[in-house]
Amino acid sequence: MRFFSRTLDKLKGALRKTAQVLNTDVRTLFVPGRRIDEAFLNELEEKFLLADMGVGNVTAIVDAIRERWRLGKIRNASEAQSVVREQLLSGWTDQDRELRFAATGPTVLLVAGINGAGKTTSIAKLAWLLKNQMNKKVMLCASDTFRAAAVDQLTIWAGRLGVEIIKHQMGSDPAAVAYDACEAAKSRGMDVLIVDTAGRLHTQEHLMRELTKIRDVVAKRIDGAPHEVLLVLDATTGQNAIVQAKMFSRSIGITGLVLAKLDGTAKGGVVLSIRDQLSIPVKFIGLGETPQDIETFDPTRFVAALFGDTEGEPQAQTADSSR
Amino acid sequence: MLDLLSDKLSGVFRGLSGRGRISEENIREAMREVRTALLEADVNYTVVKEFTDRVLQKALGQEVIRSLQPGQLMIKIVHDELVELMGPVDTKIYLVQPPPTIIMMCGLQGSGKTTTCGKLALLLKGRGHHPMLAAADLQRPAAVEQLRVLGEQVGVPVYTDPSRVAAHGDVAKGAAVAVCRAAIQQAKQTGRDIVILDTAGRLHIDDELMGELKEINAQLNPHQIYLVLDAMSGQDAVNSAKAFNAQLELDGLILTKFDSDTRGGALLSAKMVTGKPVKFLGVGEKLDRLEEFRPEGMAQRILGMGDIVGLVSDAMEKFDQEETARLQEKMQKGQFTLDDFMAQMSQVKKLGPMGKVMSMIPGMSELSRQVNMGEGDVENQMGRMHAIYNSMTRVERQKTELLDGNRRRRIARGAGVGLNEVGQFIKQFEMSRDMMRAVGGMGMMGKMRLMKSLMSGGISALGAPGGPILKTKRSGFMEKKDRNKKKRR
Repeated sequence: MRFFSRTLDKLKGALRKTAQVLNTDVRTLFVPGRRIDEAFLNELEEKFLLADMGVGNVTAIVDAIRERWRLGKIRNASEAQSVVREQLLSGWTDQDRELRFAATGPTVLLVAGINGAGKTTSIAKLAWLLKNQMNKKVMLCASDTFRAAAVDQLTIWAGRLGVEIIKHQMGSDPAAVAYDACEAAKSRGMDVLIVDTAGRLHTQEHLMRELTKIRDVVAKRIDGAPHEVLLVLDATTGQNAIVQAKMFSRSIGITGLVLAKLDGTAKGGVVLSIRDQLSIPVKFIGLGETPQDIETFDPTRFVAALFGDTEGEPQAQTADSSR
Repeated sequence: MLDLLSDKLSGVFRGLSGRGRISEENIREAMREVRTALLEADVNYTVVKEFTDRVLQKALGQEVIRSLQPGQLMIKIVHDELVELMGPVDTKIYLVQPPPTIIMMCGLQGSGKTTTCGKLALLLKGRGHHPMLAAADLQRPAAVEQLRVLGEQVGVPVYTDPSRVAAHGDVAKGAAVAVCRAAIQQAKQTGRDIVILDTAGRLHIDDELMGELKEINAQLNPHQIYLVLDAMSGQDAVNSAKAFNAQLELDGLILTKFDSDTRGGALLSAKMVTGKPVKFLGVGEKLDRLEEFRPEGMAQRILGMGDIVGLVSDAMEKFDQEETARLQEKMQKGQFTLDDFMAQMSQVKKLGPMGKVMSMIPGMSELSRQVNMGEGDVENQMGRMHAIYNSMTRVERQKTELLDGNRRRRIARGAGVGLNEVGQFIKQFEMSRDMMRAVGGMGMMGKMRLMKSLMSGGISALGAPGGPILKTKRSGFMEKKDRNKKKRR
């Protein structure tokens, strides 16, 4: 399911702006031929810490580089870069990023996350992607019956995108909405049902139980559902994201992340820790407010962005030509 | 991973005591632990660097080297410095004459602006003001409707103009300014003394939308501009805070989602780079959950040392005050029965999983991890306790002395548990009752303090869930298996 996006320009633009905001030339770190020394290692550490990769993770990476350098295995910056890159990229497989579809009947995507992570917008993007790029019949399920006007917000998106929506009154039981949506999706021959849920902090136990209930209801109505359980993560989130992923996983078994708001200056490096510790891959990234601003996650480019360079540009041509 | 900074710091110095002087190098090592703690709390890298440099100078200058408890003294220096940096505290909202005072809220998408607008309106209304909300977020679908509903919920009028809402994919040029201007006009006419402008969420690098805010600022001169920031933000918090402050000259910060378990280093970062006071914290979904900022407790939280004050306020909120008072009275009189024991238990249960409660208590975060591991067990045991309790007659619950072997056997059969579990349950209750008599007179704070010292068996004695029916009697929560785990770590 590889598709090319017109959003690459946006990503590049964002990176350029990042450079402006940080007011540094991001390429100074890996000037060709630069020798490794303590100053270089410190800079590397700083860069990674600023990308929210977490102090434990970063220390391990930098120590590994330092060790290799001491042993004389690597000497200059570009060698260091490739070692790090290799290390960060190992374990990411293509299958990781693909959506799992049901063999027959509707595929159910359950979408959850904390308040303000970007769930509803991400759902609009997924719906656009599935409908317009993959020719699927998409239905939305408005199971966020808690936040004021959440149903309205999703309804507006459904109208704009031309997909169906199942909704109840505000304040009604979200699991009941999911129940109805499952029945409707089956009877109307939908390919995909995307279930929106209310934002909740992972520390709110009763709300996490409510989420489990929604999942259970969906699982009972449709065979093998939910086929994907996506956690939407705000790219600006710090180390707390790990706990979020852990707790949501415990309640509903997360199968993948949607990393939203990556068009800002935040790097979202915390997803590397989530991948390492919980084996939850990133499936999609969000790069703006319109439905088209979604991309499948590309680890190579993501890691390049962590270094603060815009490498991965070779893909730009492919993207341009495919437009 | 660092669980408890004070443990680590004591560790750094412990090995040295009795072996002569503590060197500068030891202090530097301790500072590295401080640095790690702050980075783990998402305090910005640059801010951490500045901070540790400052503290290092202070620590070297002070008597840490000659101190008998260098770890404790280091903690104190770090803590005091943090508190100082988070100050000066200024949670006042400055109002103007003649009214209305215009407050503009801004921030990134999803930081919680709209909800915070509702909360702030309610808070101001509670103080006798007559606020009005203005729906100037014309970008996000249904944002106007959301504010309208919130206004209804808090009983505050909302100015909306649905015709101004931006078309899909567009930025409605000049519309936000027009909405705000009309709202202020209406406020004047209807005698509202405060207008809160809810603006669209935007990225600080989005020139077009940042321009819109500058436009509102230039044309309408809001008296107070608050940046709403997610407490869970990572390193990037400084970039957005800096950019918003540079373009709008903020008057204060509001940090949201502080009811999560984030350590909240973003607060410190944003305060440091903007130099603007933190006004409020959002601490819950309900609209009355907006608190004035107080730095006490926040320093400990950022350092990963728990927040005892927060725990108490959390307890205050969730405990049924009357019920607690009733129980307290019974305790003092020594009339604590099994009924009260179970009532107390369900009160404590409301605080959330035991692990979470404990993680908020200084010195207990390590233990809380172990408790967390067996969270399911705790729930399970609660259920068994209820079964035992429900299998007793009313009289038995009042007078546990009646419970002889026969009665116990009957109860065990009724509850579907072993006879020994019934015995343990009763024993736990009796211990608890005795403890209650001793503690009864103390306030909440005193009890919490006691919890720490009474750790072995103490928690159960205070009627916390999971306490009773423990496999080992003397060691309370820490079973042998878990203890080994701790050592390995």
